[in-house]
Amino acid sequence: MEFPKDLKYTKEHEWVKVEGKIATIGITDYAQDSLGDVVYVELPQEGGSVTKHEPFGVVESVKAVSDLYSPVSGSVAEVNDAIIDSPEAINEDPYGDAWMVKVEISSQSELDDLLTADEYQKFIEEEK
Amino acid sequence: MEANGTSGLLLEEPLIFEKSSPGRTGIGPASSDVPEVPPSEAVPGKFLRKDLDGFPDLSEIDTVRHYTRLSQWNFGVDSGFYPLGSCTMKYNPKINEAACRLPGFSNIHPYEPQELTQGALELMHSLETYLSEITGMAAITLQPSAGAHGELCGLLMMAAYFKSKGRPRTKIIIPDTAHGTNPASSHLAGFKVVPVKSEGRGVLSVEAVAAVMDEDTAGLMLTNPNTLGLFERNIKEIAEVVHSRGGFVYCDGANMNALMGLTRLGELGVDVVQLNLHKTFSTPHGGGGPGSGPVGVGKALEPFLPVPRVKKEGDRYGLVFDRPDTIGRMKSFYGNFSIMVRAYAYIRRMGGEGLKRAAIAAILNANYIKERLKGAYHLAFDEPCMHECVFSDRLQLGSGISTMDVAKRLIDYGYHPPTVYFPLVVPGAIMVEPTETESIETLDKFIEVMKRIAEEAKTNPELLKNAPATTKTARVDETRAAREPVLKWEG
Repeated sequence: MEFPKDLKYTKEHEWVKVEGKIATIGITDYAQDSLGDVVYVELPQEGGSVTKHEPFGVVESVKAVSDLYSPVSGSVAEVNDAIIDSPEAINEDPYGDAWMVKVEISSQSELDDLLTADEYQKFIEEEK
Repeated sequence: MEANGTSGLLLEEPLIFEKSSPGRTGIGPASSDVPEVPPSEAVPGKFLRKDLDGFPDLSEIDTVRHYTRLSQWNFGVDSGFYPLGSCTMKYNPKINEAACRLPGFSNIHPYEPQELTQGALELMHSLETYLSEITGMAAITLQPSAGAHGELCGLLMMAAYFKSKGRPRTKIIIPDTAHGTNPASSHLAGFKVVPVKSEGRGVLSVEAVAAVMDEDTAGLMLTNPNTLGLFERNIKEIAEVVHSRGGFVYCDGANMNALMGLTRLGELGVDVVQLNLHKTFSTPHGGGGPGSGPVGVGKALEPFLPVPRVKKEGDRYGLVFDRPDTIGRMKSFYGNFSIMVRAYAYIRRMGGEGLKRAAIAAILNANYIKERLKGAYHLAFDEPCMHECVFSDRLQLGSGISTMDVAKRLIDYGYHPPTVYFPLVVPGAIMVEPTETESIETLDKFIEVMKRIAEEAKTNPELLKNAPATTKTARVDETRAAREPVLKWEG
């Protein structure tokens, strides 16, 4: 299982890639592996707003339905519509093709409590 | 050991539309002594259908064989053990069926004058009284047509209460061990869900609730026993915290089978509860339904109950519609009446002592399975359980075997699989609820099969990977079915 070092992570198993004011968000390799085959994903509208710790979408696998929690607050700049038609990308390439939304971050300080790759890896070891 | 599962002759059967032969008929209706009126003269044009496209033409025997064959592909509690956790798949006594088919019940019409339906109204009134006694609630509505519908009803009453006080509340606290329908019902009723985590031993702590319960929160919605099969032992103290901040405690009563006759939710501080008659009170589930989800409330919420209410005056029964604070109707007419008759028959036949003994036996059966299977399967919480117990696939994952494989292999042995992958707090959950209606021989055989499957997982994992092998249809591709569903005939 991979956890790229250049990403930040949440305890809800989302990853965040920060580039300037834009945060790209998806779910981790561990999340997709635990969910199993993803069959459906629901994402917010472009231009909508998301709030840190609040659900911004839903991901459904053959096993379960889970909320997606936003790691940051801000407005939705871009949505990856491609994964709505091919949710299997979430299983195949969680850090690449299966990014979910790009959010224009409203407060940089919200990034402070995100986990590093090492911290996240340690967290999921404890969760098991 | 003899396995229950075997292979036998099952006949293929096409869709009923594909069996049609133009002009073939079954039973013709008797000739009418009323003059025929063309539909175009009786019905406005926009409501008229020109053709009945695709309606199959079949003989009686074609039709009978069609449904008989489909029924033979089925598995139900009448065919075998069905330990589906949190669903209480207990046996449905046939006397319930006889009772609801009594002509006095089965031939009445909802528009009949109340003078002619006194028996039905009396039965509803008595059933409300019994359920009130069992739950310790001040009043009951029988209207909601299933568990989640009852949840919605209860939540709408809570919302109406706060609205009537001029201070609507917007949030509901829901623990991670609640039923999956609870957050959905809360959303539908317009609340925002505040999740709380159960503590280390699988139950909710007073502190966790106190930390989030505020005066914008309408209350707490918990399931007790929770979906780990554990009794929420702090419920009284938790209820005190919720009440002290003006909120209500909603208890999802889907797991009432573990409590009936042993404790009354009203005495534990619960203000609203829905009951699932198709679980606890032995009425049919799913396709055999419909369901029924009566809701009980304490005094404060009583004015908000749906209308009509059944009222007794002297020895006469009537329906009351005029209640200013009511949330209105939850369903057309009065709810699923024939289900009420079945539940009434069950309660009368069991009696108070019988219901209590059923709850005790349900708890004993679950603990028996839990104790005998721990070791073969990882037990998520090694605590005395109530009516169900939760294992996981942790000990099998090393051989590449997951919960799904164990569940599929159980089918080969003639069992309906338990609930799997729920509750979400246990990864790879296998949730077993045996109910009180199963004998020790049935439980022993199931335990033996589960142990054998655990052995097969080590010695011959392919058996599990390829299961089920004895069924008419081998393992289906659930992912593809979900991603590319075919939802219509000739789609």
